[in-house]
Amino acid sequence: MSSQAFQKVYTKLTNITKATVSLTAQDVGYDEMAVVNGRMAQVVKIMGEQVVLQVFSGTEGIPTNAEVTFLGNPPQVKVSDELAGRFFNAYGHPIDGGPDIEGEIREIGGPSVNPVRREQPSQLIATGIAGIDLNNSLVSGQKIPFFADSDQPYNQVMANVALRAKADKIILGGMGLSNDDYLFFKQVFDNAGALDRIVSFVNTTEDPPVERLLVPDMALTAAEYFAVDKNESVLVLLTDMTLFADALSIVSNRMDQIPSKDSMPGSLYSDLARIYEKAVQFPSGGSITIVAVTTLSGGDITHAIPDNTGYITEGQLFLRRDTDIGKVIVDPFRSLSRLKQLVIGEQTREDHPQVMNAAVRLYADAANARTKLENGFDLTDYDERTLDFAKSYSDKLLAIDVNVNTDTMLEIGWELFAKHFSKAEVGIKKELVDKYWKE
Amino acid sequence: MEKNDKTTGNVSGIIANLVVVDVDGPVGQNEICFIDHGDERLMAEVIKVTGNQAYVQVFESTRGLKPGSKVNFEGHMLEVNLGPGMLSRNYDGLQNDLDKMEGVFLKRGDYTDPLNREKKWNFKPLASKGDEVIAGDWLGEVEENGMPHRIMVPFKLEGTYTVKSVTGEGEYTVDDEIAVIEDKDGNSISVTMVQKWPVKMPIKTYREKPRPFKLLETGVRCIDTLNPITEGGTGFIPGPFGTGKTVLQHAISKQAEADIVIIAACGERANEVVEIFKEFPELDDPRTGKKLIERTTIIANTSNMPVAAREASVYTAMTLGEYYRAMGLKVLLMADSTSRWAQALREMSNRLEELPGPDAFPMDLSAIISNFYSRAGYVYLNNDKTGSITFIGTVSPAGGNLKEPVTENTRKAARCFYGLSQDRADSKRYPAIDPIDSYSKYLEYPELQKSLEKNMGENWLANVLKAKDTLLSGKEADEQINILGDDGVPIDFHERLWKAELIDFVVLQQDAFDKIDASTPLERQKYMLEKVLSIVDTSFEFKNFEQVGDFFKRLINHFKQMNYSEFKSEKFKGFEKELQEMLKEHAVEAKEEQAV
Ligand SMILES: Nc1ncnc2c1ncn2[C@@H]1O[C@H](COP(=O)(O)OP(=O)(O)OP(=O)(O)O)[C@@H](O)[C@H]1O
Ligand SMILES: [Mg+2]
Repeated sequence: MSSQAFQKVYTKLTNITKATVSLTAQDVGYDEMAVVNGRMAQVVKIMGEQVVLQVFSGTEGIPTNAEVTFLGNPPQVKVSDELAGRFFNAYGHPIDGGPDIEGEIREIGGPSVNPVRREQPSQLIATGIAGIDLNNSLVSGQKIPFFADSDQPYNQVMANVALRAKADKIILGGMGLSNDDYLFFKQVFDNAGALDRIVSFVNTTEDPPVERLLVPDMALTAAEYFAVDKNESVLVLLTDMTLFADALSIVSNRMDQIPSKDSMPGSLYSDLARIYEKAVQFPSGGSITIVAVTTLSGGDITHAIPDNTGYITEGQLFLRRDTDIGKVIVDPFRSLSRLKQLVIGEQTREDHPQVMNAAVRLYADAANARTKLENGFDLTDYDERTLDFAKSYSDKLLAIDVNVNTDTMLEIGWELFAKHFSKAEVGIKKELVDKYWKE
Repeated sequence: MEKNDKTTGNVSGIIANLVVVDVDGPVGQNEICFIDHGDERLMAEVIKVTGNQAYVQVFESTRGLKPGSKVNFEGHMLEVNLGPGMLSRNYDGLQNDLDKMEGVFLKRGDYTDPLNREKKWNFKPLASKGDEVIAGDWLGEVEENGMPHRIMVPFKLEGTYTVKSVTGEGEYTVDDEIAVIEDKDGNSISVTMVQKWPVKMPIKTYREKPRPFKLLETGVRCIDTLNPITEGGTGFIPGPFGTGKTVLQHAISKQAEADIVIIAACGERANEVVEIFKEFPELDDPRTGKKLIERTTIIANTSNMPVAAREASVYTAMTLGEYYRAMGLKVLLMADSTSRWAQALREMSNRLEELPGPDAFPMDLSAIISNFYSRAGYVYLNNDKTGSITFIGTVSPAGGNLKEPVTENTRKAARCFYGLSQDRADSKRYPAIDPIDSYSKYLEYPELQKSLEKNMGENWLANVLKAKDTLLSGKEADEQINILGDDGVPIDFHERLWKAELIDFVVLQQDAFDKIDASTPLERQKYMLEKVLSIVDTSFEFKNFEQVGDFFKRLINHFKQMNYSEFKSEKFKGFEKELQEMLKEHAVEAKEEQAV
């Protein structure tokens, strides 16, 4: 970013820490951006004339006589239709070798939508993946993360979801993305002929971690442009939010803040909520849906990052390897879509809610049977049948490689019920059993 | 804190929403001030004073704010405006009317009037000239959404006053004078329909606060039947994310027998509030036939709205509740989630660099929580009428671990504990209230026991206890079966387990999204409990343990069909009859009469 003419240049730092520099300066606004010897920085504290700047890429090698100029504005991004098909870094600068874009300058991290101006999310998003569509249907305007261990193919699943979701625009916010994954996204979107619908803001593992903090706001400000100004349905992909939260903890740690659980800052909940709550259905028809990734360590969802995320998002999609079938599945126990009841049985077939619940209940019975088996007890006939059912259910419906429509998923459900159980064991409303049971 | 000259100051420091102000005069703790920022005025509250520096928490984003900005202190704490017209309104945590704000996005510094100043209300006098009155006494009333809304002697007035005049029946705006009262020195005070009150102070214009003694019907079986809450009672719902806290609270607020429902959406999802906005205007209040929204006020300070206002939101909600209670109404207050309120306190305490308590929460968290809960309660007003605030808060324990400061401190303050269990939620046993760990201390109150006996019959309490025992016995049997195996225990253990499962599936589990099952009136709860207990009391004969499970699963299936059917409809009776037949298959002595 070039400094404008007549801008005051400061050259005397009074204090340097790992993450911040301080100087005496006047007329500086909170949150304002600055440049310190060519590095981007932001005002994080003002005490009298002492201004503390957080330098995104760290302060290594910064001398006390470094040149500091203030840009007079908070972080911004240029928005216009020219964003489509382009790749940018965390500051919104092109990284795809293309030209700078023309557009309107907008502050990122802008105000929240007035809750009374929101519409209730109501449009089903079909993905073909039964672990999602059958058990955890997505709705436009929803915010939902994948919870996955780092060795699971979450980016692939997310790319599939994105391409099948029929969104007008897809905005990728990549944080700490490995170069391979960055190229992966570029390639899938390209192959699908979807590049013109996609905007990417990417911070890779090669970039300074603290820069990641800007990525979600960049992506979401661009999303608001398309959703509000153009009334488009926008799908925002944020991966990996765990690395975003790690960057938050780096900053708060370097600024000597008192950490709360898992050395995360006490404001983690609010910091994450500010981002996820940008998901919205606007009355004018535009919408922002957020699908994110939160990587777990060893499946531990009690860690502060997934825990706070779960309290904010409208459910989560939990990926797990099912060793019985040798595939990754969307775990029906730990997964949840809280908005599903707005659409299932209404935009999908009437038997959807009951089939979904019955299958999960029987799958839970299978889990109990498995515990018995592991403890060396004899299994009853019912136990055996639940185990058989669980295996087919996992393979035919839960696995992430499933790609069928919702009616077919329900049909498969009824087939499995009839194959393994009696009507009473399934415990579904009689009217529905009468109508759909496969003799 | 009344002052003549207003104190002013200048911003000298900014760290996120904590701002340091150099002041030129006296300031009070919790005093409200406004910071000039261009054309905007940012509202803030004093939270600490050292020397001539006031530390204020700003209820807005401080982006772009510069040192030197002018600050005006208001001479009072955070106040709400109390008057007719608050029902069906959607406020933010500072009582700004959200519907009055322009545009799709919230604008910083946009403060809107919580009341409608033009609307005329039909006022009817209740007091007469010469009456001696004190704060909270009723001077007159207007009708708000079909409910009597009493116009009271302002709560801030101390001592006794004499009514000099009360306006006759007629149409008035909230700002018109409706009465003049006189203090003992002969000073006249003009009273309108509006008064202000600082939210952090409890309104105590009642005569007496007895222990709660009356059940508050919620239609949720595992509350009403097993662990009832009372009019004026307190309860809390802790549970890991996604276990059903919000769904349960919404169910209670739709169904509970209350005159007024106030919902504080405190730091949670905006879409959940939208759900209320959309649903409540459609749903009928079963008791009045009016729409639910007419008895409801929503305080929406969702997670993306300013953190400091989130802290204020629960107090704003409680103050509105106390105002309606003073009119002799039954208020139900819900806060979702009180953990977000505690976190707002934590964020500020950390910025102030206070010595942290457990998990970095402020040291006085426990006192703050219990002070808040103590504002609920059943009261006798000075005119012998009664009113109540029943308060139920959710708690979102970090990592789902109930041994964390907010849960532990709330446990000390609230009398009912509705703990949601991850296991039950995972196996979709909703509502996921753990039947063994949860409790209602009110069940031990002789006052409540007496009233239950009167309204629910002599056997009710014994039946409730029997249901609890059966659940516990089933759990023990289940543990043994898990250790010793299905074959390793007598068949009797399976029967115990399945009798508990019967109660679990028929009484505890309730589908919040089914039209009929969602809400169960007490009469139906009683009928079903007795029905289920009659089976628990029956001795059965089984050849092997597999028969037990098969048989009970069929029973449960039939019972569930009953739960899904209109009470005592043909369908309902049909299933009941088939059930009766089914029982004969294994019953040793078919007991026809009801459980003891
Ligand atoms: N009584 C119920 N009947 C059917 N489904 C339920 C019930 N209670 C909860 N659920 C399911 O669980 C989901 C999560 O419930 P809810 O939003 O109330 O959780 P929560 O405890 O408030 O979570 P959080 O702490 O994250 O806000 C709901 O969207 C719904 O799918
Ligand atoms: Mg909730």
